[in-house]
Formats: sequence, structure tokens, C-alpha cells
Amino acid sequence: MASRPISPHLQIYRWYFTMALSIAHRATGIALSVGALFLAWWLVALATGPGTFGTVQWLVASWIGQLALFGWTFVIFFHCANGIRHLVWDTGYGLDVRTAHWSGRIVVGAAVVLTALVWLVTLLLR
Amino acid sequence: MAMRNARAVLHAEGSAHEGVEHWKLQRLTAIANIPLVIWFVVAAVTLSDGSYEAVTLWLAHPLNTILMVLLVVSTFWHARLGIQVIIEDYVHQRAVRLGSLVALNLGVVALIVACVVAIIKVSVGSR
Repeated sequence: MASRPISPHLQIYRWYFTMALSIAHRATGIALSVGALFLAWWLVALATGPGTFGTVQWLVASWIGQLALFGWTFVIFFHCANGIRHLVWDTGYGLDVRTAHWSGRIVVGAAVVLTALVWLVTLLLR
Repeated sequence: MAMRNARAVLHAEGSAHEGVEHWKLQRLTAIANIPLVIWFVVAAVTLSDGSYEAVTLWLAHPLNTILMVLLVVSTFWHARLGIQVIIEDYVHQRAVRLGSLVALNLGVVALIVACVVAIIKVSVGSR
């Protein structure tokens, strides 16, 4: 079936904060699913033995791994916080534009703060 | 006999009748994920430079074993439900969509089993 022409949308429509958060929720979900694959790899490597695990853990402990882990922390806290925002919406509360905007800002702020907190404490304790 | 067009029946068109169940499970796993993930993020970051012995010892603690199994099951199922929606949204060719959904389901079950087995093996094996 040939692809039918559609009117332009992403190139035309003005981006809103709430719109961006919505697609970010989906994008972070996909990213976290890929991360889940990595978690599975890490666990199976641990069960396989110190040799295999050593290789995987070396990757995780390297600066690239730690940077990826830092990014992952933010992604997971964002998806979790926005997820709670979704759950609140499921009760019917907060669906108006003003509430959606400030709750969105709280979500992003919370994700930033929690990521910084976890990493600050970890790095201090190391 | 439902008043359905024979072609519709043949092509399995129409409601799947289990949409609400999907919605409920997505919310249920989401709620379970909140405490589990907060616990796991802290654990993962602190364990990320740990030795094989340190990580094994941590996982062998029964509380950690239990929480880890719960985390894997809940988050992987939550991911599976989410990815299903994404596939349904963006894949339009029927055969490719069906194939992807089958692969998703089989893959997620295999991953959950692999992780749970790995967790139990490490936990029991280190005693």
C-alpha cells in the first residue's frame, strides 16, 4: 500500500511544554526498556561468574559507563515523576492547562534534584 | 450470532475486549515500580563500581533478592505493556505488527525468566 500524503504537522505546529513532556515520557520509556536489556545482561553476567561479570562491571565502572548511568538516573527519575503525574490525571484531577503546566515543571525539577542528590551522595561516599 | 460482517470476523477486526485490563495492569505495575525503582536506583549507583564479591554479597541478602525479583518482574512487565502500545501506534502493516508483538511477548518472558534465574542462582550459590 503506497504511503498517502499527509499535511505537515511537526514542521508546522508550535511546540508546547506539555507536548514536549508527553513525547519525553514515551521516549524515556523506550530508553528505559533498552536499559532493562542491559540490566538483564548485567544480572546474567553476575550469575555466570567473576570473569564475565568483571568485563561487564569494568564497562559500568568506566567513565563512559558512569556517564551513561548518570543519564539513566535522570531518565528514570523523569519517567517515574511524570508517571506519578499521569496517575494523578487518572483520578481526574489536574487536567486543566494551568495545573498541567506547573505540575510538569515540578516533574522536571524533581527529576533534576533527585538525580543530583543520588549522585552527589554516592560520589561523596566513594 | 453476532451481527458481524464475515470479512470482519475473518480479519479479527474490532474490539479485543481486553483494553481495560491492559490499562489496569499498566497502572498497577507503575504503582509497584515507584518504591522498587527508587530503591533500585540508589542500589545500582552505589553498586556500579563494586567488585564481584561485593555485588554477590549484596544480592545474596534475602531482602535484596526479593526486591530484585519484584523489580525485574514489575518493570519488565510495565515495559512490555508500554512497548506494546508503541508498536500498535507506529507499525501499520498487519503482519509486521503481529510479528513484533509476538516477538515482544516471547522476548520479555524470556528476559524475566533469565533474570529471575540469575538472581536466585547468585543468591543461593553464595551461601
